[in-house]
Amino acid sequence: MAENGWSLQARQLTRVYHRGSEQIQALDGVSISIRRGEFVSFMGSSGSGKTTLINLLGCLDNPTSGELELAGKSIFGAGKPLGERELTRVRREVFGYIFQNFYLIPTLTVQENVALPLAFYRKPGVEGEVERLLKMLGMEHRMNHLPGQISGGEMQRVAIARALVNRPEILLADEPTGNLDTKRAGEIGEILQDLNRSAGLTIVMVTHNPGLARLGGRQIEMRDGRAFES
Amino acid sequence: MITPFQVAYKNLLRKKVRSLLTLVGILLSTWVLVSLFGFNRGYEAALNRDIDNMGYQLMVMAKGCPYEAATLMLQGGKGLRYMDQSMVDEITRQPGVDRVTPILMQAFFDPNKGDSGGIAGFYGVDAGSYPAMKPFLRFRKGGWFHDNAANEVVMGYEAAELEQREVGDMTMVPEKNVPLKVVGILERTGSQDDGTIFVPLKTLQRISQTNQITTIGIKVKKDADMEKLENTLYQLKDVQVVSFSQVKQTVMKLIATARVMVLSIAIVAVLIAMVGVVNTVLMSVLERKQEIGILKTMGAMPGDIFRLVWTETLILCSLGGVAGIGFALVFARVTDLLARSVLPYAPSGGLVAIDLRLSLLTLAIIVSVGLLSGLYPAWKAGRIRPLESIRGE
Repeated sequence: MAENGWSLQARQLTRVYHRGSEQIQALDGVSISIRRGEFVSFMGSSGSGKTTLINLLGCLDNPTSGELELAGKSIFGAGKPLGERELTRVRREVFGYIFQNFYLIPTLTVQENVALPLAFYRKPGVEGEVERLLKMLGMEHRMNHLPGQISGGEMQRVAIARALVNRPEILLADEPTGNLDTKRAGEIGEILQDLNRSAGLTIVMVTHNPGLARLGGRQIEMRDGRAFES
Repeated sequence: MITPFQVAYKNLLRKKVRSLLTLVGILLSTWVLVSLFGFNRGYEAALNRDIDNMGYQLMVMAKGCPYEAATLMLQGGKGLRYMDQSMVDEITRQPGVDRVTPILMQAFFDPNKGDSGGIAGFYGVDAGSYPAMKPFLRFRKGGWFHDNAANEVVMGYEAAELEQREVGDMTMVPEKNVPLKVVGILERTGSQDDGTIFVPLKTLQRISQTNQITTIGIKVKKDADMEKLENTLYQLKDVQVVSFSQVKQTVMKLIATARVMVLSIAIVAVLIAMVGVVNTVLMSVLERKQEIGILKTMGAMPGDIFRLVWTETLILCSLGGVAGIGFALVFARVTDLLARSVLPYAPSGGLVAIDLRLSLLTLAIIVSVGLLSGLYPAWKAGRIRPLESIRGE
């Protein structure tokens, strides 16, 4: 995966949306390289393009123009958009995602929620990963609880475990503490930092929280669809 | 750990009332459908059983006889038509005839029957040929008459129950005041024999002061050409031929309209249930749009999502179908009584015959139609793009 030390390389990524006759330039030629094992935080006001960028980096969307390479292999380029199947193939091999709203299935237990990705795709060697992650994140005593029976911070821990169960190369976190109080947000931040430092997991995070952003080794500010490294 | 089937099943548990109502819709439509299929088979089987229990396939009677049932009811048997007993020999000589049995039907007014009196029917049968044609008849007590002129009767199960007779009791022929001894009581057959009082032919002829008969039952040889034999019998003077296969056809035609109507209702019920399935699954898909998008970020392919949603349809239809078949089996007797109350003619025995094969066939129909109904919601779910669903928040 990480040939030449590069995990992810974006060149001149542009994304233009159309709303009726209006044309919105969400991203304006962003170039960025993220190395394996880095913890990169994107900050910026609403509409600055940070979520659009993380969606493109995470293969949730196709760029209007520009190139994206993963481990030296071209994902987007030469104006050729990928179909949903191809995007899914890349996503399940490389990425794990966590979101502000957790998106746990309310009728499944904590353990079942974490194991859910394995029902659709299972990388070799992930046996026992569910229990290991729940233990690592301090959730093993809650494994038979339903999401409605645990706190917001615990829900995000479960979401992190679910994102990691197939051993992704890169964890994409979109406002992971947006729905949590300061204490719980701090806990989640520590978990992400620990995953990056001790497990060497590459983390790309979008946040409004400056304290959380500082946990990352690199902080990038987004303004008007452009990236400015601090 | 967790399978897509478990995920689908647990998804249905989220909106329990909605899933339950959909299930009830499928249950009801399956119930109607399997009961209808069961009735289609059961009615014909019961009719065949009744005809087989007659012991003969053709009946010859004096012209005008089919109207005599009404005559018997209205005029107390005064309008019966008779034919000469020599007709028995003439029919026996016909090629294709295996056996014949002469029968004399007589009706007498019994003032003690019911509130204001009623008709008591007696069936004069030949002590030799009639039992030979019905070897399947079993006696609860006693046996057939000792000879063709004995003052004896054999009573059907219900006739004996109704009159509270036992073997050895005496019974009177109304109007004629002739005492007859009960020598046998038949076991229940589930056919018209249960309500019949059999008397030796010569005894009934003597009581009725006639040496004629009303009917001849004909058992046809196995390899005989039925149509040819019927045509030959039609040539005989002043008689008419009743073929039980024709009777069966006529009865089946009579109920055909009812069957078509009920089948239409069943189809409409199935369609309504399936619209319910589409509604439930589609609503569920739209409500879970974001979740489905998230499943795709986890690595679920469009086909995986399609199968997941289709499995929900499969679970709903299978559970509803099995429950509907269970209800149909449990309440088969109620359906039977309901059918009897509205049908112009209902043969004896069970009218609704539901077996494993029929149950599986109905289940296969319900599940197949259900899966067809689930195609659109499943296809729609498979097309949900993760980015659109996440933006939708």
